[in-house]
Amino acid sequence: MPIVIEHLNYVYMSGGPYETHALDDVSLTIEDGEFVGLIGHTGSGKSTLVQHLNGLLLPTSGTITVDGLNIADKATDRRAIRRKVGLVFQYPENQLFEETVEKDIAFGPKNLGLDDAEIARRVKGAMRKVALDYDALHERSVFELSGGQMRRVAIAGVLAMEPRTLVLDEPCAGLDPRGREEILGLIRDLHRDTGATIVMVSHSMDDVASLAERVIVMNHGRVAMDGAPREVFSRGAELRAIGLDVPQAVLLADKLRERGFDVPQGVYRVEEIKAVIEGIVGKGARAC
Amino acid sequence: MLNDITLGQYFPGDSPVHRMDPRMKLILTIAYIVGVFFIGNLPGYLLALAFLYIVVRISGISFKYLLKGVRPLRFIILFTFILNLFFVQGETPLIDIGFIHITREALRNAIFFALRLIFLVMGTSVLTLTTSPMQLTDGLERLLRPLQKIHFPAHELAMMMTIALRFIPTLLEETDKIQKAQMARGADFESGNLITRAKAMIPLLVPLFVSAFRRANELAMAMEARCYRGGDHRTRLRELKYTRLDVYGALATVVYIALIVVEGRLLG
Repeated sequence: MPIVIEHLNYVYMSGGPYETHALDDVSLTIEDGEFVGLIGHTGSGKSTLVQHLNGLLLPTSGTITVDGLNIADKATDRRAIRRKVGLVFQYPENQLFEETVEKDIAFGPKNLGLDDAEIARRVKGAMRKVALDYDALHERSVFELSGGQMRRVAIAGVLAMEPRTLVLDEPCAGLDPRGREEILGLIRDLHRDTGATIVMVSHSMDDVASLAERVIVMNHGRVAMDGAPREVFSRGAELRAIGLDVPQAVLLADKLRERGFDVPQGVYRVEEIKAVIEGIVGKGARAC
Repeated sequence: MLNDITLGQYFPGDSPVHRMDPRMKLILTIAYIVGVFFIGNLPGYLLALAFLYIVVRISGISFKYLLKGVRPLRFIILFTFILNLFFVQGETPLIDIGFIHITREALRNAIFFALRLIFLVMGTSVLTLTTSPMQLTDGLERLLRPLQKIHFPAHELAMMMTIALRFIPTLLEETDKIQKAQMARGADFESGNLITRAKAMIPLLVPLFVSAFRRANELAMAMEARCYRGGDHRTRLRELKYTRLDVYGALATVVYIALIVVEGRLLG
């Protein structure tokens, strides 16, 4: 069942000197199995929005319905919602606390009240999904691992809850290019293999371009754009006006067009621009 | 929830109270605290309330905001109230049922102790709300400087306070984030008995300590990289200066204390 957000408003520190209107009349529907890229610059409200998706923050006004359950309703069991919607925070490795990798990943399933056999199965499953070797690592201390490994343990900790919707807030922040590729690959595989709904918050246009099927752009707490990546990234001027960029591939396509090359509209993926360039070069190169 | 703590939070502004010298504000706050302890009857507390109210109005902070700062301490206040109520010995009994003995003196004591606590918190909140942490520690360092003669580490103390104050919001934010992250993994911080609740704190405290130590380490490194080596011969960007405002503030406080003393003599 989809996540339906209607006229959502959220105000931080209401009444104080630092009052901020973080979300301003946001209405969205996230369908099952979608891969949504949520972009916006710092302070655009994207992190606030994702914390509403599993009831960590409650709306100042408006409603959010997850699987037919209204999160603002007092009678709703928020833990039931957190079971459906997993949220991976920015720098999730900062939340690790257990003595071993296995125990840390088991924290979520344990809170769900599952039996030991099921917990063990889920821990193994989650570690496989994030490409961590169970036999080699499950007894290790989380604080001995490398940065990239810690992050994968943290993601596995959320995956072990087996949520149908996974929300990731800047999953690649602070990682080196190789770490980024690995995490993005994991997310891609997860979406493909399990059909889980994914909402990925990022300010990297390239990450979003390479994965998302739908792009939502936030600006000043409002939804500025919402559509297929091809459509959103073709509005480069508007994106730049709100302080965002377009993916490298779009930038390159624009530059090529300026130089008089024939590049079709709507190219936004690295593979696509690669094919276009190969086409251009191919004609010349084969002539030699 | 964590955002409700007013104590130690600076409320930027440009009122006369804000512009006073932090040293004077510290001295006057101490005078005010001593004054609160001299008050021995209800009209005295009304005087204190009036004084506090005027100062707060001048500073441009809403009085409600100040009252909100007392809320986190309501249990401590209630606790002292009850403790005083039941355990202070007196002569005129009010209630005497079985093992419960409440006397007039105890009730009086309990009320005054609770009021004292409230006035202390509100008074010191005015100081921290109108003085930035930097100014506050600067002022403290200057006030404690004479003690350096007897090898009292005034600068080090001030630096430690600056750092501690600086990291309060950071750590609160961090706590909030970790708490949410664990809640997203189904952790429950709100229900259960005392032992389950204490146990539920582990997933919060371990990451918090880890990050606090990491931050401390990074800060030490950054300070050393900028050749920090204590307080000798340091100059400051903003020199502290007493102005006419400080004289007015001091006079107002002197008048207020005199009023309390006179009132205490007349009615106490």
